[in-house]
Amino acid sequence: MRLQISHTTRYVFDEPIRHGLEQLRLVPKSNRAQNVIQWQTGVSGGKKELEYDDYHNNHVELISIDRNTTELTIMSQGQIELEETHGVIGPHRGPAPLWLYEKVTPRTKPGKECRALIRAVEGEGELERLHGLCRIINEAVAYEVGASHAGWTAEEAAVAGKGVCQDHTHIFLACAREMGFPARYVSGYLLLDDRIEQDAAHAWAEAHVDGLGWVGFDVSNRQSPDIRYVRVATGLDYGEAAPVTGTRVGGDGERLSVDITVQQQ
Amino acid sequence: MLGKTANGLYWLSRSLERAENTARLADAGQRIALTRLSGADDEWGSILQAAGGWDGYMAGHGEVTRDDAIDWMLRSPDNPSSVLSSIKSARQNARMVRTALTEEMWEAMNGCYMAVRDALARKVGERDLPECLQLIRSRTALVRGATHGTMLRNDIYDFLRIGTFLERADSTARILDVKYYILLPAAAAVGSDLDNVQWESILESVSARGGYRMVHGSRVRPQEIVQFLILDKRMPRSLNFCCSKIHENLRYLVNDYGQQTESADMAERLASSVRAQEVDDIFDYGLHEYIQSFLGSIADVGRQVEVDYRFYE
Amino acid sequence: MQRIVFAGFRGKAGVMTETTPFDEMWGKGDSLRGPYSAFQEWFDGEDHSRLRAKQREAEDVFRLTGITFNVYGRSEAEERLIPFDIIPRIISAQEWQRLSRGIEQRVRALNAFLHDIYNRQEIVKAGRVPLDMLKRNAAFLPQMCGVTPPGGVYTHIVGIDLVRTGDDEFFVLEDNARTPSGVSYMLENRETMLQMFPELFSRTRVQPVQNYPRDLRRSLGACAPIGAGEDPTVAVLTPGIYNSAYFEHAFLADQMGVELVEGHDLQVVDGRVAMRTTQGYQPIDVLYRRVDDDFLDPLNFNPDSALGVPGIMDVYRAGGITIANAPGTGIADDKAIYSYMPEIVEFYTGEKAILQNVPTWRCNEPDSLKYVLDNLKDLVVKEVHGSGGYGMLIGPAASRKELAEFRKKLEARPGNYIAQPTLSLSTVPIFTRKGLAPRHVDLRPFVLVSPDKVNITPGGLTRVALKKGSLVVNSSQGGGTKDTWVLGD
Repeated sequence: MRLQISHTTRYVFDEPIRHGLEQLRLVPKSNRAQNVIQWQTGVSGGKKELEYDDYHNNHVELISIDRNTTELTIMSQGQIELEETHGVIGPHRGPAPLWLYEKVTPRTKPGKECRALIRAVEGEGELERLHGLCRIINEAVAYEVGASHAGWTAEEAAVAGKGVCQDHTHIFLACAREMGFPARYVSGYLLLDDRIEQDAAHAWAEAHVDGLGWVGFDVSNRQSPDIRYVRVATGLDYGEAAPVTGTRVGGDGERLSVDITVQQQ
Repeated sequence: MLGKTANGLYWLSRSLERAENTARLADAGQRIALTRLSGADDEWGSILQAAGGWDGYMAGHGEVTRDDAIDWMLRSPDNPSSVLSSIKSARQNARMVRTALTEEMWEAMNGCYMAVRDALARKVGERDLPECLQLIRSRTALVRGATHGTMLRNDIYDFLRIGTFLERADSTARILDVKYYILLPAAAAVGSDLDNVQWESILESVSARGGYRMVHGSRVRPQEIVQFLILDKRMPRSLNFCCSKIHENLRYLVNDYGQQTESADMAERLASSVRAQEVDDIFDYGLHEYIQSFLGSIADVGRQVEVDYRFYE
Repeated sequence: MQRIVFAGFRGKAGVMTETTPFDEMWGKGDSLRGPYSAFQEWFDGEDHSRLRAKQREAEDVFRLTGITFNVYGRSEAEERLIPFDIIPRIISAQEWQRLSRGIEQRVRALNAFLHDIYNRQEIVKAGRVPLDMLKRNAAFLPQMCGVTPPGGVYTHIVGIDLVRTGDDEFFVLEDNARTPSGVSYMLENRETMLQMFPELFSRTRVQPVQNYPRDLRRSLGACAPIGAGEDPTVAVLTPGIYNSAYFEHAFLADQMGVELVEGHDLQVVDGRVAMRTTQGYQPIDVLYRRVDDDFLDPLNFNPDSALGVPGIMDVYRAGGITIANAPGTGIADDKAIYSYMPEIVEFYTGEKAILQNVPTWRCNEPDSLKYVLDNLKDLVVKEVHGSGGYGMLIGPAASRKELAEFRKKLEARPGNYIAQPTLSLSTVPIFTRKGLAPRHVDLRPFVLVSPDKVNITPGGLTRVALKKGSLVVNSSQGGGTKDTWVLGD
């Protein structure tokens, strides 16, 4: 199956930017589940400085924002061919060692509520327990757009009992690591049946299971990723896999808009 | 050269120049005070105004006394233009640009700082004042000597010189403005002779008494003072002299870097306008107004230098 | 210059015996050791009052040239002078040869270890260093995973801290693989000695140290990224004039003839890290940074850092700049890793370590913890990740109360501590009002690493505890320095 994806991020600032840098993690990589046909990033109001692969093997582009600009637009688009692998990505490849993914980050530190979710997990095998975890979080934490804040931690979302895919994923990471699984955050896209235009990029989790390697879990949709999922970037939590992160001097009064279309060709 | 280094050099020499000017003003104040007949501390008010920071002084003291005024000018940490503050700032900047300075210049600067810091560790009594001012003058002169004697004539030197002459032009203009404005009696028509004490106070504070006498004799008239302090091209503290030096050093930079700059153009316009000025025109225009406009222009040049040579960003 | 050296007593199986320390001039007794014979001859012919005057003169020179360090913790950073003692510490050519072979071996092992840790982690797979040493180690920098710096050099400038306990007994006390300081004192001390006592140097052949800045510049240049050209642009990054080692940063930049920059002078321009000059932005090939990892890049590390350069790690990963020392080298000089150095040296060089480690008990191992708790009053206990002598216990010098308190800390978090015996540090005479008097010393040789060469400056920085009997050589606590001579062949 071939998808055409377009992802435009636009910032408008009340005050002009004096200096700014943004790291973009927008270009997917080919693997057994996906083959990138072509991809490109365009920037207006800024300029691409360099690119490299980070320690999660994400492709990173660094852009600088033009001095005195009040509008920055980042356009990422491309075509990708997908294969069905039932969410199995396979063995760990680095460069970061597998054990690093056991590390608890401030956003994925489990608290009482996360531990309670873990206790509810039943089943014997590793895979079964992870699927169980996925289901339990999905039931306990309602998917509700606008209910959470971007800065919420896993525990905060678990306590609130609601959130978006980012929160679901953080809770899953907190619990899976607490259960002893290396786990990571995945940001990417999902082809929907009923629409082309989407409000936001998607996010899900991957846990490392002996014998299988990395396996995906989409808590929000209560399933493992299938042929409709496009992996773009991974990290220990949202902060490391986010499509756009940066630092700016000036540029007060920021307004952000995101346009994403995902369609089959 | 780093923009930050140019900035440090510029402020190193500006601060050093400022310390000297402030010390010179304190010296002038003391001399006038000793040669006048009345017992009031009137002249210290105008000295403080010329030295800048009048508002700061009044906020802390409320009234003008000789002792407080001297202490404010020499030692006060609240006064950014006090000798001690200025020397500290000069030395701090020298530390920042240490790699651009010769060892001799750095040691002279560091030695100046240590000597002045020790001399100003306590309030300076009336008896010790001449010796203390002498020390400040000789220590700063040593730094200047080491600069002239050991520094290469390159961009480093140019930025030092630009800082020196911008500060000096600013200082001479302010002294002329404040002192003249205050001291010249309203009734004294332009062209009449001035009272000795008054003219001495002006010339003394820019170390120009001897020079003036050499050029204009012992007759002191407003035209001649203005001629001497603004227009004379030989007098090293005159506005004309300072402006031509600023322009000269900016031109060296332009040639050295092969980059034409706005600041060099501005300095050229300013220098040629001062050079072409006639004394009578200044009086027709109004001396105070002329100086205010000059102070604006010189500050503009300073700001443009900061931009052209990327002092901050 | 922020570290304390312990020791002074020789502890053996819990029995403390005070011994006369080995004196590098007089050995264990009164017979003058060979390396000092020419010096002794000169000294005997000198008038002490002239030497005293010279000592004062030296301090005046230091004050005037601004060789000071800043002291923190006061409202205004104060600049202080590190006392200088005019009696040199003398090492024979043979002693030095053996030492430098050991140092070179150790430094090569450190770099091989760093490369391994940030790539395949073979040493962990081989079971020679436990995985836990990395997992729980704050000095492990994940951002370095998969990075091989130009030439494979991670730690370009290394300081190996050595102590001596006997004629032929040297121990490595600590490796400094991040940003070792003190080299400016080594250079200034020699310069001062040359100026004050030129006649001494015409009697004795002393190996020069003055090439250090040139060697440093060459060594850094040799580590420039591919495509940097014949004459790579090098700069020194300092946290600024209030940093305690600012003098050294300025000194080294000056001596190398390169720019001394601060974070706000730098910016990512055209994919490179560039410095703001009066003529525009100029790209840098090699940055000798004296800013800690955490503050290096607010975009990738501590976002509150005002000292660093946003995006420098991105440029680094993209291969656009060499950072010396590489970020993440702290994993190699961590005190817990230190205890594995004999294994590390052997694993990567295939040889036994030439330089000995001080025996170290790792308190995370139950047997060791038991031993340490049983012998606490004879041991020095250090925090694994601490530096600057903070949070450490010097058993023989501690009160009962301090021992009891520390025992609690140890029991609560044993993994946080290591312990070492108190060694009997060697002494070297200093010049006092009453003539020569022995004082304890340590030694920090400075090592430069480039892809094709390990360069060790003969000598290094000798720090001396100026108080009688004291073992604290730390400059902030009354320590001084000496010129260190390595004699010619």
